Amino acid sequence: MKQKFDIITSTCVPLPLENVDTDQIIPARFLKATDKEGFGDNLFRDWRYRPDGSIVEDFVLNDPQYSGCILVAGKNFGSGSSREHAAWAIAGYGFRVVISSFFADIHKNNELNNFVLPVQVSESFLEELFQTILNNPGTLVEVDLPNQTVTNKTTGNSEHFDINGYKKHCLMNGLDDIDFLVANKEKIEKWERQRS
Amino acid sequence: MNTLFDKIWDQHVVQVVADGPTQLYIDRLYCHEVTSPQAFDGMRARGLKCFRPEQIVCMPDHNTPTHDQDKPISDPVSKKQVDTLERNAREFGLKHFGMMSKDNGIIHVVGPEKGLSLPGMTIVCGDSHTSTHGAMGAVAFGIGTSEVEMVMASQCILQQKPKSMRITINGQLGRGVTAKDVALYLMSKLTTSGATGYFVEYAGDVVKNLTMEGRLTLCNLSIEMGARGGFIAPDEVTFEYVKGKEYAPKGEAWDKAVAYWRTLKSGGDAVFDKELVFDAKDIEPRITYGTNPGMGIGITEAIPAEGDANFNKSLQYMGFSAGEQLLGKKIDYVFLGACTNGRIEDFRAFASLVKGRQKAADVVAWLVPGSWAVDKQIREEGLDKVLEASGFEIRQPGCSACLAMNDDKVPAGKYAVSTSNRNFEGRQGPGARTILCSPLVAAAAAVTGVITDPRTLL
Repeated sequence: MKQKFDIITSTCVPLPLENVDTDQIIPARFLKATDKEGFGDNLFRDWRYRPDGSIVEDFVLNDPQYSGCILVAGKNFGSGSSREHAAWAIAGYGFRVVISSFFADIHKNNELNNFVLPVQVSESFLEELFQTILNNPGTLVEVDLPNQTVTNKTTGNSEHFDINGYKKHCLMNGLDDIDFLVANKEKIEKWERQRS
Repeated sequence: MNTLFDKIWDQHVVQVVADGPTQLYIDRLYCHEVTSPQAFDGMRARGLKCFRPEQIVCMPDHNTPTHDQDKPISDPVSKKQVDTLERNAREFGLKHFGMMSKDNGIIHVVGPEKGLSLPGMTIVCGDSHTSTHGAMGAVAFGIGTSEVEMVMASQCILQQKPKSMRITINGQLGRGVTAKDVALYLMSKLTTSGATGYFVEYAGDVVKNLTMEGRLTLCNLSIEMGARGGFIAPDEVTFEYVKGKEYAPKGEAWDKAVAYWRTLKSGGDAVFDKELVFDAKDIEPRITYGTNPGMGIGITEAIPAEGDANFNKSLQYMGFSAGEQLLGKKIDYVFLGACTNGRIEDFRAFASLVKGRQKAADVVAWLVPGSWAVDKQIREEGLDKVLEASGFEIRQPGCSACLAMNDDKVPAGKYAVSTSNRNFEGRQGPGARTILCSPLVAAAAAVTGVITDPRTLL
């Protein structure tokens, strides 16, 4: 999970739908596992497969034209349930970046905590990106975390994206928040003493 | 600036990380069986113990069957998850309200009713509906499993401070209009992302006049507008509700606590990042017609005449047409329950409408109390007799058909009129079609078999 981040250049999988909720990313009946393994197999399960298990050919994950480790989705991605299983499914499938014009709060944190980078771009950048990918599935996108830029290599258009310095440092160095917090216990105990 | 949210948040700041998030102290962590096992595993892998085990409370609710809870759970995978929580709670020395114990129920129903969620607290749980506890005057929000592990390890969490929003609802609710309708109204006004990045304070006469149960329903649904949380400044209604609860402060500690809680309100000079004002007269009993909670209409209104590709995809899933009215539409299932509407007042409302009427023959109704305490009160008030006389059966507590992790699944293509919180595709079972509403609208559908304006039956 703790794969260090630097610059990623990849083709993309386009999902031009808005308000994709975490129930679609991973349906509740797959939340019964007590470990983090295997969720990628059920990513977008009910869009990928019919109830009888047959493949929905026209769903993008089943379309051989599209591949890569960048998922591009419509605005308000990851709304609804806080289930981190959604981030495990996205990471487990092999995505390392999700690009959207808007992310739901909890899901965004869940992605970051699993070393999946949520890249928020403008509506116009996203719209152009969808068009470029749909016209040419071989379109490459470069996500440069050190410089916080995302570039559509076909059009050459580039945008800056936001991430706080602390989280960027964590992603680039394979560190997580628990390492940080556990190292800060004295401060916590001091806070507790001052409160009482 | 100087909002109640600022006061509670700022009081809990341990430190602000340079160019980063805030390290926030958490007073209460709740754990259920679905979003905690991987956190416990993480703790074991790091060789950590819970930093403040006495501030953590665990209970299974998502997988619990709503019948025969005294027998082993038939689904082995569900059983394993429920058993794993019990074992983890024991290993890490945490309070655990097991299935069939009188303390068990849905976390967001149990926490407030036991006095475990109190004004001024910071409260988290690996569950987006943790916003419910905001009704107590607390800063409460849902988190992911990695964040659950953070709190287990340090009683702290790293978070960016959200922006603040105040939603004021003036006036007085009409007959048959409930807190659920207010929330459904707000969602359709704001959409499911309209409050993303914000913490919402609910205010105004409508909110002041809500009972505690109504406030819990309203705050529960904050996440469905995208808000991280929603809360209501504590007042006499809050104190009256909390007083005497099992884990609430007692005696001198109570007086001291109330004195402090009375200071918990936004200052007269408070500045919110966003302010919205609505009027109760614009709110009627509501239903949803689409596949996210923001796709709602007044019960007498028609579905919008047109929309974008997302709108069309939703309607296709639901089997509805643009411009269609839903009054009189035949339905198949009714679900009363969930952390949204599984409290005593919801059962009172449902019973008041079905009293003297009979359940429609072809409707399957699942009435699921939010906790054993709610179940007990239903029986003490004789509501069970009213419901049984009308052909309804009361099931055992749990999340149930809200997300169908147990056996309570709505079959593909069937319409479920539901008091729960989400109408996402497949939420109540693969292919299930959910229409969200209040307990009164659910009751009206249950006795008529079709979507019915409850005001015509009151």
